[in-house]
Amino acid sequence: MIGRDLLGIEDLDRDEIERILETAEHMREVSNREVKKVPTLRGRTIVNLFFESSTRTRASFEIAGKRLSADVINFSPSTSSLKKAESILDTARTLDAMDPDAVVVRHSVAGVPHRIAEVLEAPVVNAGDGAREHPTQALLDLFTVIQEKGRIDGLTVAIVGDILHSRVARSNIYGFSKMGAEVRVAAPPTMIPPFIESFGVKAFTSLREALDGADVVMALRIQNERLTGSFLPSVREYSNTFGIDRAKLNFAKEDAIVMHPGPVNRGVELSHDLTDHRPSVILDQVRNGVAIRMAVLYLITGRRRRSVAAPQEDGGDA
Amino acid sequence: MNRILIRGGRLIDPASGCDETRDLLIQDGRIAEFGEDLETRGAEVIDATHCWVSPGLVDLHCHLREPGQEHKEDIASGGRSAAAGGFTAIACMANTDPVNDEPATTDFIIDRARHDSPVRIYPVAAATRGLKGEVMTEMSALVEAGAVAFSDDGRTIMDSGLMRRVLEYSRLVDVPVVVHCEDRTLVNDGVVNEGPVSTKLGLPGNPAVAESVHVSRDVMLAEITGARLHVAHVSTAGAVETIRQARDRGLNVTGEVTPHHLTLTDEEALGFDTNTKVAPPLRSAEDVRACREALCDGTLDAIATDHAPHAVHEKDQEYTIAPHGMIGFETAVPVVLDLVRTGEITPIELVRRMSTHPARILGQQGGSLAVGEPADVVIIDPERNWTYDPAKGYSKSRNSPWAGRQLVGRTVATIVGGRLVYHVDRGVLVP
Repeated sequence: MIGRDLLGIEDLDRDEIERILETAEHMREVSNREVKKVPTLRGRTIVNLFFESSTRTRASFEIAGKRLSADVINFSPSTSSLKKAESILDTARTLDAMDPDAVVVRHSVAGVPHRIAEVLEAPVVNAGDGAREHPTQALLDLFTVIQEKGRIDGLTVAIVGDILHSRVARSNIYGFSKMGAEVRVAAPPTMIPPFIESFGVKAFTSLREALDGADVVMALRIQNERLTGSFLPSVREYSNTFGIDRAKLNFAKEDAIVMHPGPVNRGVELSHDLTDHRPSVILDQVRNGVAIRMAVLYLITGRRRRSVAAPQEDGGDA
Repeated sequence: MNRILIRGGRLIDPASGCDETRDLLIQDGRIAEFGEDLETRGAEVIDATHCWVSPGLVDLHCHLREPGQEHKEDIASGGRSAAAGGFTAIACMANTDPVNDEPATTDFIIDRARHDSPVRIYPVAAATRGLKGEVMTEMSALVEAGAVAFSDDGRTIMDSGLMRRVLEYSRLVDVPVVVHCEDRTLVNDGVVNEGPVSTKLGLPGNPAVAESVHVSRDVMLAEITGARLHVAHVSTAGAVETIRQARDRGLNVTGEVTPHHLTLTDEEALGFDTNTKVAPPLRSAEDVRACREALCDGTLDAIATDHAPHAVHEKDQEYTIAPHGMIGFETAVPVVLDLVRTGEITPIELVRRMSTHPARILGQQGGSLAVGEPADVVIIDPERNWTYDPAKGYSKSRNSPWAGRQLVGRTVATIVGGRLVYHVDRGVLVP
């Protein structure tokens, strides 16, 4: 059983993560059918409330909801922080008044899904908040690694790139650590968050050392605005030092796999060749994302809306 | 003849060193007499058994929002809130709209305060016009109008050359220059203290070094200019150390710390409550410890609230967008009493840092119960238990991290110039 909302992997324990992964196993089977739809969430309404633009994650949640027969509504308010017509909480309350069964929230500022969850009756699924968490991404990454390696326990996972600004990194640090892997992060010093060791990970500024003995190499996307300026001197410098190609992949275990949350800056974090060919499993990650989101929506939307004051049969007047 | 007799209280007067149970008689607006079993005839009697009776608290740093942002606070509501907190005089920052950068605005604030506020209000004028950090203000005219200090506060003057001139020129009027020390390029987009908490929250970090770098700069500039530098709301161990060294060298540098930086750490932000967003940010436990030590050993002279009201709808935004600040008048006393309960500071030394020292830094009366002084007095019950509800307070705003918390210690009565302006059972009484 998982909690009412899914705000982060931080809040889950190992049993809960395993429960979601097991459920996703069943959901994957649905996607393999000729008719990719089951009536599980028929009559339920899911709102994708995306304050930050997204095509991939939103499409994944939308397809996941539709394969379960839910009605999925996409709502993307304008997010100009300078001149906003409505506050985030007012937007959320307005949608909540239309009685959705789950609200999937993405926002560029950490903590917004928490604040929204505080005021909503509907359960909230975090689809990414600032540099904090992106729990369904970590779940689909765990799912993909299990598919490839048969386990998480005892593996060594190296996450490479802009750890400082990455919610994918944080969620995966929580997820892989809780499932028994050793997690390492590797980045230029300007992109390693202060006190990241407090997460129980080892931080490296040498890619070679970070990859030594790694079973999984996860490259992160470098946002375009960070490629130049105060964090990195240049694209070339980054791709020379931290971009993963076949030569650098040799630092890792022979059977290491390569992952990326997408979209890939080809030739920056990952070479063209590795983006398209094994051992990278990028499209499997995308495919598994649908199954994971089906599982999460199923587990969360099955709940009754919070504090819905349904008349009690015993006539209680509270 | 207006007489108030405060009976049976523990008289704590840092100016004279007195700390014993005495009655205190106020007559015609001034401290008239203290002793045992004073004659009550014709006097309004206030029972102060088990309470502290001390010179009224003086706040070096607050924001009253008038003129221009009266939806957050105004001089009347801010003054009433201050009275309820035990303050008899408060110094308000210049970041109003229009900015308090010319004598007409200073005049307006003083005039409005005279009519609307139960407590004394000392305007702090801008150090540069429009707080723009470009052209210094007319300091002598502003002091003439009643400004007690100069500060661009949160709009930290980054131009070191200009800052040097501001400090130099301030010697003309011999009032303190109050500095909000945060190097804006190091703060960048930081909204919580940079450390394990910012990493966990995924919010941009504001590093402690942003403060200490800037304190170092301003201390060095104070040294070559001989100006009176007052460092506002010190929050880091590094800044404390720099100030300690400056004072060891005999520089004319003073410092204040807020109740929140003395008691709350950055972990308060873990629930994303924007009422914990403040500048400088809540820091690490180590910084809090350093600030407490510095207050107690005298490196930091004073406690100041940095009362900074914001409307609910302004705070109810994304953590990165919500404005900085928290209200603080009505919670200051119970919050800082924590240092007395832990034995870190004696009551008389605490009162010195909330009354005597701030009055001296501002160059104003107050901070003393000497016979003949204007009767600015506060009565504090250090043991009183209560639950703080900002909605029941006097500020127009509610942005407090202590909302809903159980507090120990409360202001029982506040007397300004011999007038009872607040009593806990009767509320704010004047104007």
